[in-house]
Order: sequence, then structure tokens, then C-alpha cells
Amino acid sequence: MRFLPHTDEDVASMLRAVGLKDMDSLFSTIPSDCRRKEDLNLPEALSEWELTDRMNKLASSVAVFPEHRVFIGAGSYEHFIPESVFHLLSRSEFVTSYTPYQPEMSQGTLQAIYEYQTLAARLLGMDVANASLYDGATALAEALLMALRITKKKKVVLSSLIHPLYRRVVRTYLGPSGVAIEELPYGKDGKTDLSSIDGMEDCAALAIQSPNFFGSIENLREAAELAHGNKALLITAFTEPLAYALIKNPGGEGADIACGEAQSLGIPRSFGGPGLGMFAASTKHVRNMPGRLVGKTLDRDGKPGFVLTLATREQHIRREKATSNICTNNSLCALASTMYMASLGGTGIRELARLNYDKSEYLKGQLKRAGFPIPFTGPTFNEFIVEFPEGFESTYKQLLKQKIVAGLPLAPWYPELYNHYLLCVTETASKDDLDALVREVKS
Amino acid sequence: MMKPLGATGLIMNEPLLWEGGKKGRRGFSMPARDVESFPLKSDILGEGPDFPDLSEVDVIRHYTRLSQWNFGIDAGMYPLGSCTMKYNPKINEKLAALPGFASAHPLLPPLLSQGTLELMFDLENYLAEITGMDAVTLQPAAGAHGELTGMLLIHAYHKEQGSSRSKIIVPDTAHGTNPASAALCGFRPVPVKSNEKGVLSPEAVREIMDEETAGIMITNPNTLGLFEENIVEIAKIVHAKGGLVYGDGANMNAIMGIVDMGKIGFDIMHLNLHKTFSTPHGGGGPGSGPLCVKSHLEPFLPAPRVIEKKGKFFLSDEFPHSIGKVHAFYGNFGVMVKAYSYIRTMGPSLKRASQLAVLNANYIKETLKGTYDLPYDRPCMHECVFSDRLQEPQKVTTLDIAKRLMDYGFHPPTIYFPLVVHGAIMIEPTETESKEDIDRFVEALKTIAKEAEETPELLLKAPRNCKVTRLDETMAARKPCLAG
Repeated sequence: MRFLPHTDEDVASMLRAVGLKDMDSLFSTIPSDCRRKEDLNLPEALSEWELTDRMNKLASSVAVFPEHRVFIGAGSYEHFIPESVFHLLSRSEFVTSYTPYQPEMSQGTLQAIYEYQTLAARLLGMDVANASLYDGATALAEALLMALRITKKKKVVLSSLIHPLYRRVVRTYLGPSGVAIEELPYGKDGKTDLSSIDGMEDCAALAIQSPNFFGSIENLREAAELAHGNKALLITAFTEPLAYALIKNPGGEGADIACGEAQSLGIPRSFGGPGLGMFAASTKHVRNMPGRLVGKTLDRDGKPGFVLTLATREQHIRREKATSNICTNNSLCALASTMYMASLGGTGIRELARLNYDKSEYLKGQLKRAGFPIPFTGPTFNEFIVEFPEGFESTYKQLLKQKIVAGLPLAPWYPELYNHYLLCVTETASKDDLDALVREVKS
Repeated sequence: MMKPLGATGLIMNEPLLWEGGKKGRRGFSMPARDVESFPLKSDILGEGPDFPDLSEVDVIRHYTRLSQWNFGIDAGMYPLGSCTMKYNPKINEKLAALPGFASAHPLLPPLLSQGTLELMFDLENYLAEITGMDAVTLQPAAGAHGELTGMLLIHAYHKEQGSSRSKIIVPDTAHGTNPASAALCGFRPVPVKSNEKGVLSPEAVREIMDEETAGIMITNPNTLGLFEENIVEIAKIVHAKGGLVYGDGANMNAIMGIVDMGKIGFDIMHLNLHKTFSTPHGGGGPGSGPLCVKSHLEPFLPAPRVIEKKGKFFLSDEFPHSIGKVHAFYGNFGVMVKAYSYIRTMGPSLKRASQLAVLNANYIKETLKGTYDLPYDRPCMHECVFSDRLQEPQKVTTLDIAKRLMDYGFHPPTIYFPLVVHGAIMIEPTETESKEDIDRFVEALKTIAKEAEETPELLLKAPRNCKVTRLDETMAARKPCLAG
């Protein structure tokens, strides 16, 4: 076995050094009724080459770009990622290191996370971002828990246009606490209907996603006024943060906490994970934030350096009184997004966001022209909803055979939106791809 | 005296990202614009983020230089106790990056994603076999996330039984995430002390276990590196009062193929794929913390679950007792690919890995005993815990010893944990370290002990060969500077 360096001679001499006669005696402190009698029933070991064959076989059965055109976003986005990002990210100094508990040996990771925190805060227009959380859904759940801690209230209000799977995670996280969860319906413009709110007085937070699950850009300022007028926090969620390179960011609109999924910033989709839970808040709430934080400081010689800081919020010191049980961040994913944002730069990210917007507007226009209703008329980013005619399921299935995935059917999550599909377009789709899609759905 | 492995080489100072670059540069190949520009209302238009503009070369140099300030397993031994810093096989990285895995959309129709579903289905079965449990969810994204999911399951189980229980027993040797995870589910953690042998005694558990207590969280082997030898009896005590036994599997690397966790009384346990199953830690994630349960808890597992029908794989949401969901999609699939690859590469010789991990730890324990204080002098599992008691007269602490190890070219062990040992030095070598590397590590620690007696200033001033000297953590916390 190539990862196990011990020769028989090594084993014999080490056993001698510890005064034991065989490997079995190493486990003498384990009572016999706890010992496993039978061998592990696992498939026989594969060579590197056999394993590669097996994995190629599994991977080749999955429908992916460029052979397939997958027009689905819904929280997982296809964007071009520069090879330079993959290359840098494969450096084993980053990949094979642990959480930077020993800062003198981990300055690379620490400065990179500090840069991530800075770029994330700038993108979201917030004061402080943490070193990242697991994913968008858990980031939202953590944001709600944080708001409940800060306000000491017992209710939260969520927009029904927050990603349905995120809302499910929130319900799971908050289940045992007995916190009341109110969901706001959506209006004809494809935005959250804030007027329908049913009393905000005992509410810790109003959470709203923008661009929302339908791709529509919400009026965050109005939501902020409503929340703040009732001494609640405004939490803004997102699944496609590239939008903030073009549209107004949550911080500028009054968000107290901005959180969501940043997979779209340079991280492959990987069947939904690992992603990147991006999480930012205003300075006054920093001591209530979950997750790791990297801060700047000086060494004994007065040289600048970075350390993990504000650990008194965390579980290894506070144990059950910690702000969260989270012990890791998605460090390597945070690093990937930093390299990606750095590669684009301020000018590039805005241009890319604009290109994404224009491509989806183009498809929207072409579908409309081809006679498919676009039910919600407000502005969208990357994603929008189209209504296909009765019986479209069979066309959809037919298109799968032609290696086109024509969006995501919405009925499983919004039963009233039967025949409605959520379509996503990014810079990876050419005009020809979009024209072909319109042609095929029409036929 | 040994010649330290640690030497100094040329590394470069590198400013913060935004201190370099020039407006108008770009490190990204922008796709050609083939559609016209559409209007966008000014009331939604923002200003765009204040990012620096850099070329591809700028970005490559910047992060290459940063990487050179880091230490990883590929550079040398990284014996962090309870973190299982074993070698991360390179082929696994390549396989996880195969387009069929890395580019797969999570909401593809199942018939278009058979390979990903089959891999998850098989991995669940392998993990069930390795632990001796009946069913597995891969959704939790890290160990602490697995713990939280486990607590949610325990909560749901008792609710289904018609009882509401408010407490969870957590030993004093537990990792801090245990009480924090329990508290998130509204449970009050009740501490229980380990005995003079460093393990839990049945009497101590019997005394506090009652019908208000939902269960117990046990790390086995525990964080002192000792097997909780009374586990069978403790499980009986907890079960007799209607409680459940939760296993923190952070230390599973000691007992693969040696102990069947299902048979010794665990109802539920999590694993850390980034520890036991060789997936890289990535400077603090992404990890993966699958949760394994016995059949009576299976109905509560998060959904959707991968099911098989006539050789095809599907995602099913038809589990009415499920706690719900703990991740937007199915967990960290990219990490699962690497753990699957590891298990297929090792096969049944996973047991050999555990044996060698335990051999390496016992070898270190025996060879360093006497040089450093060993508070629990018993055969250990995959890690051993020393303290700085013998160095106290020289006014040298665990922190100084750890920092001095850096000068010798080793990452320090876990320090000041577990809390039950004052000035703890917790060493976990893992099975992928050779005898020669371990001998060098032992030699370095012996040399440092000698230095502590003769030239303690070498320790107090350490590290000398790193990019920075010791950093002022108090200043960082007092005046937080968290963004530039």
C-alpha cells in the first residue's frame, strides 16, 4: 500500500520498542466484547489505474457542459473559471494544511482569508465578512439564529421567494427552538409582497433574497425600512452574488446581515457542494457573528501579520455558550473565490455581470417573441420564469435526449406555477445556444 | 543533538491584494459579447465593488508567494492531535475534478446524474460497513455539522416517543463543538468527569443519567487517546433510562476494522471524511461529516436520500419522519468523491491503517515518556497526550515547546487540549508517517527538552525561521481589524 510506509522490519522494531509481541496486543485495552471478529466487508483494493477507470465510468454518465446545455441555475451556477485559479488552488501548501491555529506557519492561508473577508465585504457593501460558512442555506440559518440572539425575540419572517431548499434548512435548524416562522407570499411582479406582513412587533428578523428564487431583484430598501421600523434586523440572502457587481449591494440598501451562497464566484458546481457560505454583517454585531474571523496584528518585531481572532465567541473557549458550533470554514472555497474575484478585478467583474444580464435579457426577449409568456415583469438577473404551454413535459423530455435541459420545472415547489420553468443563462451560453434553445422549445 | 530539518529559504514579502495592480488590467479571458446591451433602470443599478485590477501574472505571483508562507502535510509531519493529518492521495484530487463530477448540477433529473448518485449510494454502504451502523446520511458538511444533525435526530426521536428531554451528558474530555452542538438544539449539556484512568466510569454516568436526559455524547477513542473501555456498560445505563448514545467519530482512525461501533452500544455517530478518510483539510475546510445511525433512527435522517430501484438510482423525499434538511443540496459531494476513492484504494486494508496509526502513537508515547510528563501512562490508541510539567522549573511552557518545533521543521501538535490535562501536548502522528520521520520528530522533541534546561531563551524566542515571529493575539482581539 503506497500510503503506508512501514516495512515488516519497521513494524517489528517498533513493536519491540513498545514492548509488544504483535499488532493485536496494541488493542489490549479494548475489551474483547468490543472487538470486531470479522474482517471489513469492503471491495478489494484497486490500483490507481483501476480506480481511474471506475471513476471515469461513473463520471461519464453525468450530463455536463459542454456536451449538454443545462439551463438550470437555482442556487448552482455555471461560470467560466480561469485555469490560473485551478492551478493556484492545487498548491499543496494551501490544500494540505489545517485551520491556521499556528499563525507563524500559516500566514499564507491567513492573509488570503483576510483578503477574502475584505473582498466579500466590499462586494456586499457590508462592514465585516467572516472567513465563510458551509453553504448558502446554512449561512441563512446561522443569520437567523444570530438575529434571534441579538434581539432576544421569538419570531422570524421569511420571503417565500427565498430558495425553497434554504427555507427547508431554516425550518430544520429552528425546529427544536420553537421559533415561529412566517412566510410572505409573492406578488404579480415576482417580488415579495411586503404589504401582506402580519405584525412585526415580536419579530427578530425579516429575511429576503435578492435576486430572489425567480431571479427578480427585490426592493431591499423598502424591506429595510419595514424591518428597522419594527426593531427587527434585515437579513438579505443571495444565491448569485455576481449580481452585486451590477446592481445595488445589500449593505447600501440597509441590510444588517447579508448571507448566501458564493459558489458562482469561481467554484465548480460539484453536484451542489462544496460551496461557499458567504456571511457579512455590520460592525456593531461582530461579536455575535458565527464562524471564524481573521484579523490583522503585529509580531514581536513589529512586522504585520494575521491571526484567527475574537475566539471568545467560539466553541473551544465558550463551549455551550458559543455563538455557533461551527469549527471550520470552507477555507479552500473562500480562497478559490478570492482568486476568482482578483482575476476579474473591479472592471472585469462589472463587465462580466453586465454580459450575464444581457444574455439572459436576450433569451427572455426571444422567448417572448416566440410567444411564450414571461409572467413576472420586474427586472431580473441571470434567471427568469417562463410559462410553457400545456403538455410541455413531453417536449422537455424530448429535449433531454437532445442534450438540452430546458430549465427547472417549478411545480414541485410552487404548485400554482404549473408549466412554469426557471431558466438560467450565464456567459457560458453563446447566442447560438440561446437561439437553438428557443427554436427547440418552439418545435 | 540533531540537525534541524527546518532551514530558511528565500520567501518574498507580498503586499495585500489591493495594494498592487493597476486600473485596466485583467486576469480573466472575457467571452466575446454576441448579444446587444439591454437597458437597466438606474434605480437598481449599483456602482460595482472596489476591487483591484490585476493581470493573470499578478494573481499567480501573489498567491504563489502567499502559499510559500504556509506549511502543509506535503512539506512535513503535521501531528495535530484529534485532527488526523494523514497524507492526502493526489489521484483523488484529479478524480474529484473530472467534469462529470465537478460540473454536475445538483438539480439534474436523476437519470442524467446516475454516476453521482451511485457513488453516494455506495459510499453510504461502505461507511455503514466500517462503523457497523445501519444507515448513513452524507448531508452534513463538517464534523460539527454532523453533531448538530445528530442532536436534531435525537430531538426528533424523543419527540416521536412523546417525551421532551432537556439534557445531554457530555464528558469533560469532549471537543468544544459537542456542547455547542447540543445547545443549538436546546439541550443543556451536563458535564461528567473522566476517572483517574482517563476514561468514563459507569458509576459517574449512572449518577446523573435520568429520564430528563436525552442521551450522552461520547468520543471514542476519547481525546486523551484512550479507548472508553466501559462503553458497553455505559450504553446499557443510558438505554435503560430511554436515552440514546451519540458517538463523536473524530477518532475513528484508531479503530477501523477493530471495533464495531454498532455492536458496542452506539445509536448514532458522525465521521469526519477529512480526518479518517484522507480528504485534504484545505486550510480549514471544506470537510464532510456523514452521520451513521442504527435502524431505529433511520426514519429521521435528512432527506432527500439516495435510493436504488432496479439498478437505477433516485433521490427520494418520501420520509415523513425526516428532520428535514441540513444542507442546500446533498452535502459536500466533491469531498465524498475523494473519500470514496480512498476507500476503494485501501479496501479491507483500512484495518492495517488503523493498526499502524496506533503503533506510531504508542511508539512516540514510549520513546518520549520520561522526557515529557505523560499524565495517563497507559497503552494509547492513535494519539498520546503529554504535558509541560517537567519543563515548569525552567519556566518554559507548552506554547514555547510548540513554537520551537517549527524551527525544527515540524508542525506543532495540538496544544492546551484536552482541557483536563494542564498544558496538554496532544500528538497524533497518523499511519502515513514512516519510522524515520517519527524518529526525527522524537529526536527534535528530546533536543528541545534539553534546550529548555540549558538554553531556554531558544524556546522563548521561537520560532525564528518562520515568516513572522509570535503575533500579538491580544491586540488583534482588542482592536479588531478584519478588513482592509
